Amino acid sequence: MRRTTSSSLGGLRAALVRVAAAATTPLLPDDYLDLVAPLRRGTHRARLLAVVPETSSSATLVLRPSAGWTAHAPGQNVRLGVDVDGVRLWRSYSLTSPVRPDGSITVTVSVVPDGAVSTHLVRAAEVGDIVELEGPDGDFVLSSPLPQRALFVTAGSGITPVIGMLRASLAGLDDVVVVHSARTADDVLFGRELRAWASDGRIRLVERHTAADGRLTTDELEQLVPDLADRETWACGPNGLVDAVVGLFEDRGWSHRLHVERFRPVAAVLGEGGSVTFARTGATVDADGSRPLLVEGEDAGVLLRSGCRMGICYGCVVPLEEGAVRDVRDGAITVAAPGDGVLIQTCINAPAGPCVIDA
Amino acid sequence: MTALQHKDVSPIAHLTPEDIEAIGRELDAIREDVLESRGQSDADYIRRLIAIQRSLELGSRAVLLISMFPPAWIAGTVGLSISKILENMEIGHNVMHGQWDWMRDPKIHSTTWEWDNASPADLWKHAHNELHHTYTNVLGKDHDLGYGLMRVDEEQPWSRAMLAQPLYNFLNMLVFEYGIAVYDLEIGKYLKGRKSKEEFSSGVKKVLRKVRRNALRDYVVHPLLSGPSAIPTLAANVTANVVRNIWTHSVIMCGHFPKGVETFTKQSIEGETRGEWYLRQMLGSANISGGPLLHIMTGNLSYQIEHHLFPDLPSNRYQEVAPKVQALFEKYGLTYVTGSMPHQVASAWAKIIRLSVPSTDQSYLRELDELEQRKPVAA
Repeated sequence: MRRTTSSSLGGLRAALVRVAAAATTPLLPDDYLDLVAPLRRGTHRARLLAVVPETSSSATLVLRPSAGWTAHAPGQNVRLGVDVDGVRLWRSYSLTSPVRPDGSITVTVSVVPDGAVSTHLVRAAEVGDIVELEGPDGDFVLSSPLPQRALFVTAGSGITPVIGMLRASLAGLDDVVVVHSARTADDVLFGRELRAWASDGRIRLVERHTAADGRLTTDELEQLVPDLADRETWACGPNGLVDAVVGLFEDRGWSHRLHVERFRPVAAVLGEGGSVTFARTGATVDADGSRPLLVEGEDAGVLLRSGCRMGICYGCVVPLEEGAVRDVRDGAITVAAPGDGVLIQTCINAPAGPCVIDA
Repeated sequence: MTALQHKDVSPIAHLTPEDIEAIGRELDAIREDVLESRGQSDADYIRRLIAIQRSLELGSRAVLLISMFPPAWIAGTVGLSISKILENMEIGHNVMHGQWDWMRDPKIHSTTWEWDNASPADLWKHAHNELHHTYTNVLGKDHDLGYGLMRVDEEQPWSRAMLAQPLYNFLNMLVFEYGIAVYDLEIGKYLKGRKSKEEFSSGVKKVLRKVRRNALRDYVVHPLLSGPSAIPTLAANVTANVVRNIWTHSVIMCGHFPKGVETFTKQSIEGETRGEWYLRQMLGSANISGGPLLHIMTGNLSYQIEHHLFPDLPSNRYQEVAPKVQALFEKYGLTYVTGSMPHQVASAWAKIIRLSVPSTDQSYLRELDELEQRKPVAA
């Protein structure tokens, strides 16, 4: 009986959805629902609930994701799509909150020099703003069961995924060492919280202030953490630090106990031309940057859509998966990091460095 | 070198090649100014307009659910007509031009947009963006010149069928969305064997599917949802579509058909420079003068000249660009063709009626022109 009711309800629902689609074509019912309920189930957005300053150049954003958000594992990251001066830009940020009963999440953003998104989020974002939200993703998470002894080696905003793990699981971790590098004591993200844990004896905190003491070396790390060999280790920070830790653990044969997360390079290499890879066709050409991508591709035998060939018809638009291109008309640079898929016109854009085109 | 068609006095004879390239550079600079200042307020404009249009459409259709009451019918029909016009003109046409692609919002992007019109977005973008905007007013290349049916320029050959072109134009006006769809299918090109059967029939299928969906929405689903108001709702939807058709047809006629607009020969665009391309757009388009409401309702095609010079600049910026463009026309002694909507519509209709009869005898025509003061000596 119950089953009949639910299947007929399902049928009714499906019929209603069809009628709604027929009534709203060429739009979708969702396009109208977006006007009134942008955070309904099935959408991938978030509303900014609060901006809490951390250091002078960083802030924690409290976000309410769309209904039906998949709970994250601390340490994972999300991709935020933010409109900066009218342009949708995407960046990844580590989640800094444990899973909360009210469903809100936090990310902590540090201003990157010339970073459009980080600057916008820390300095200009306003409570109530809606951002695009994708994720959570990533396998930089605590192991299960929790390790008896854990070490976290971080630098700068590399602490962000780690703070999420500690906030969520510190109660279940008996022996935790955090070795964190920042320029000065004031630049230590979550400094107050980390120091409070340290003074309560819940973690052993080693702060390294690089402005005064220089960068941490692996020799120093071994001295600071004598039982390194026995610790499950998580490392996150600039590539220099992560590479050094990876090298040390490989040399010692401990790689199976190391988890790393690297920062995604945001700025692509800029120059006069570079190698152009057409991802779908697999062709790669070395371009000097003087000719549009369309011409480079055509000469390499890649089938590309084209139209006016002068930048007005938008018939040649394809995603730039990675790299930098330059508008031959005005020199404007468009940059994409992996996953961005920035749509560009191939007829008026020439490579401005190595780039990958989804064509 | 851009050459106009065989005219006694060319309107660009006084320009040197250097002048033409200088015009190009000045226009590039105007474009650059807009690109540099393009930002959040523009994004807010298009998002707000889309929200207004969708709310209007939703509200109008809701009111039409009780369209058996005449005030509801009138309000709903007016609202729906306006909504459809906004959707086609200021939103659809301009989004599909790529004017908003810079926002990188996949929901407001030329590659994903579909509009409430019989012609599917991809066919329309090819015929409009690639052909019409590239070959603007080039005889034999730009089929917007009379849509392949009518003679709208003395240089186009006359045939007996053209005697009825005022009638075609009137009928086309009433069913303009279907006219556009048929036009975008490029039947002529297919018949001449320059378009494959597969491509043509896939286009026909796309058009039929789109026509069916739109008809189902306007002529079946919404009337049925209206219950006892089914017939008035059907009538309202037919009316809104026809109003939209008449309006868009009129606006588009004003773009390239009025008196003073120049046409070009195929040979004249060989090896055309950027400056020459700009010049062709300047001479090949006509504006409509009016207030802010007119500009929005025409999708800013009232700034047809600016639109043809900068088809990918956001339409809300044409207004600020127009005085600079007009100053450039004056500086280089060119005629900036503009007039009120009634004047430009009348001028386009007059041309269609006048050219429905043969005009092989050019001297006779010129006399007629001078008598009627319809065209300047240049024509």
